[in-house]
Amino acid sequence: MSTETQPAASSEGPVTAAAAAMTRPPSVRSYFTDYFDKVRGGDIGALPAILGLIVLGVVFGSLRSTFIGAGNFANLLTQGASIAVIAMGLVFVMLLGEIDLSAGFASGVCASVLAILLSPKHNVSLPVALAAALATGLAIGLLLGTLVARVGIPSFVVTLAAFLAFQGIVLIIVGEGGVVTINDDVIKGIANDNMAPALGWALWAVSIIAYAALLIRRAASRRAKGLTAEPIPVVAARIGALAAITGAAVFILNQERAINRNITSLKGVPYVVPLIVVLLVVLTFVLNRTSYGRHIYAVGGNAEAARRAGINVKWIRTSVFVIGSTMAAIGGIIAASRASSVDPNAGGGNTLLYAVGAAVIGGTSLFGGKGKVRDAILGAAVVAVIANGMGLLGYKSGVQFIVTGLVLLIAASVDALSRRRSAATGKI
Amino acid sequence: MTETSATPLIELRGINKSFGPVHVLRDVDFTAYAGQVTALVGDNGAGKSTLTKCIGGIHGSDSGVYLFDGSEVTVNGPRDAAALGIEIVYQDLALCDNLDIVQNMFLGREKMSGIVLDEVTMEHLAAETLASLSVRTVKSVRQHVASLSGGQRQTVAIAKAVLWNSRVVVLDEPTAALGVAQTRQVLDLVRRLADKGLAVVLISHNLNEVFEVADRIAVLYLGQMAADVAVKDVRHNQVVELITTGRADGVPSAVRAEQASTGVEL
Repeated sequence: MSTETQPAASSEGPVTAAAAAMTRPPSVRSYFTDYFDKVRGGDIGALPAILGLIVLGVVFGSLRSTFIGAGNFANLLTQGASIAVIAMGLVFVMLLGEIDLSAGFASGVCASVLAILLSPKHNVSLPVALAAALATGLAIGLLLGTLVARVGIPSFVVTLAAFLAFQGIVLIIVGEGGVVTINDDVIKGIANDNMAPALGWALWAVSIIAYAALLIRRAASRRAKGLTAEPIPVVAARIGALAAITGAAVFILNQERAINRNITSLKGVPYVVPLIVVLLVVLTFVLNRTSYGRHIYAVGGNAEAARRAGINVKWIRTSVFVIGSTMAAIGGIIAASRASSVDPNAGGGNTLLYAVGAAVIGGTSLFGGKGKVRDAILGAAVVAVIANGMGLLGYKSGVQFIVTGLVLLIAASVDALSRRRSAATGKI
Repeated sequence: MTETSATPLIELRGINKSFGPVHVLRDVDFTAYAGQVTALVGDNGAGKSTLTKCIGGIHGSDSGVYLFDGSEVTVNGPRDAAALGIEIVYQDLALCDNLDIVQNMFLGREKMSGIVLDEVTMEHLAAETLASLSVRTVKSVRQHVASLSGGQRQTVAIAKAVLWNSRVVVLDEPTAALGVAQTRQVLDLVRRLADKGLAVVLISHNLNEVFEVADRIAVLYLGQMAADVAVKDVRHNQVVELITTGRADGVPSAVRAEQASTGVEL
């Protein structure tokens, strides 16, 4: 540990003797020193994913100018959306050091339930069909979680079995060789329709203000209790960075991107973006601000300690599979929306591997106890950028798979190496 | 027994505990007083862990009386023990490496405001508790436990036990895995706990430590209480003799006669 002793000068507020003993006066410099210490100690978080995104963006952008166009940016978002959502659910499962190999086909099952219920044959109303699809995901998760937590079968085996079985269920629901088209405008609109540009800006402004209010309030309440809070310049920089990056994204998406403007106008933020933002906020809140989320980390870090602390470990273990499969259901609905149909291979192919890859690339540890919902989105962005950029460059899908596989391998190595480094320096 | 006149905070009388055919504890009497460090020593297999688990409610006893602060209680689980203010710090500490000090100290008993974790209050209380124990070795209460040394982890585990206004803290070999300097810190902390008015039960194999911080020594020998004496009344070699043979010259035996169930007072 690099403990530089600093004078115990309190900055402001009534600093109690107790707190003063435990805290150091916050400054921008010490904040960054701490951050670099953390990174050096192996706590790299989402850093590799962010650096990877920048490198990929620069490389693809310089090789193909269409890569950075507004049209392709919107494509990227809708391509990566369902992977990102499935990966967000997988983060919960992986936080316990478990794995859900069936998430891909679980998304397929739920999507086909939705599609078949909406089809003229059954003609169920949209809310009922949506509820049925989500309930299917929930039930799948409950089943998987129960088998893992109560029966004690390793999650790898349970979900591998489910992977095979769900593949069959999709095939039976959709029918071999068949395709169920989705004609519901709301479902189709999730991934294919865009918000009016003004609405996009309004939502952007509301989100930034809410984020700023949250950070400022948190810092204020900590200072009021005499605890260290993030220095004001850092808070301002965070808010500014988020506002700039998301603002740029909204700006690009609000550009006209129709190929022939005379026929149709195509501009605005796809509806799937606010959907993902809402999921991100809700799940991050659950993980970071509720005791349930705290207990997930605890069980992932040391299940025995959690058990002794009175945490219901079995229930926690079951519940993360429920979250995983329910998120898979949402991911499946987004994928079905983008394709406007469900085919027997829904959720198959590389859906699952991309989702697991996204979570790992984003910084979720395969060993449990470490990960954020945010990681899933960053990782999904990397995966989508590789697929999209290499597609634009005209590489065959064979090469794309190899590259994506290599990136996943690199991410897993980074995870393993940073763990070793953490073990050596004692940082998580 | 000792000349302490006050009511013991914890008093176990005639505790028996068997696991199947194995009779692990035989008519064990054990007392711990507020403001004192009671050392529980004994060879491997003497029943120290079992006795600890009976105190902590992990095992129920087959027979015997459990008195807390003078009145009889039934302790059927760790929660009952915690409700009485009894906290046990196990040897493996049971901390989550991926959580920070505050999160570990409040694990399973988080302070909430509504459905949201009240981080500010928890951090404040954790810092206060550490400060009240004069712990100055921890840089920040928001450090991950993984980054702490063995002594600091022990400190956090003990602080976690003290946080809940506990009245009895049982420490299972707190210094077993520590270096010299860290052992020093932890022993100082153990003494401070007793000086704060808690009843501290210290399980240890290191008699030098026991003689340094303990007020009383209880020696278990093959599931029986061989002696329960004040530290100043015994010498080092007598305790060694008690641990290895169950008796020592010049030390009053605390073993109950098998036939008569009254405690033997000499």
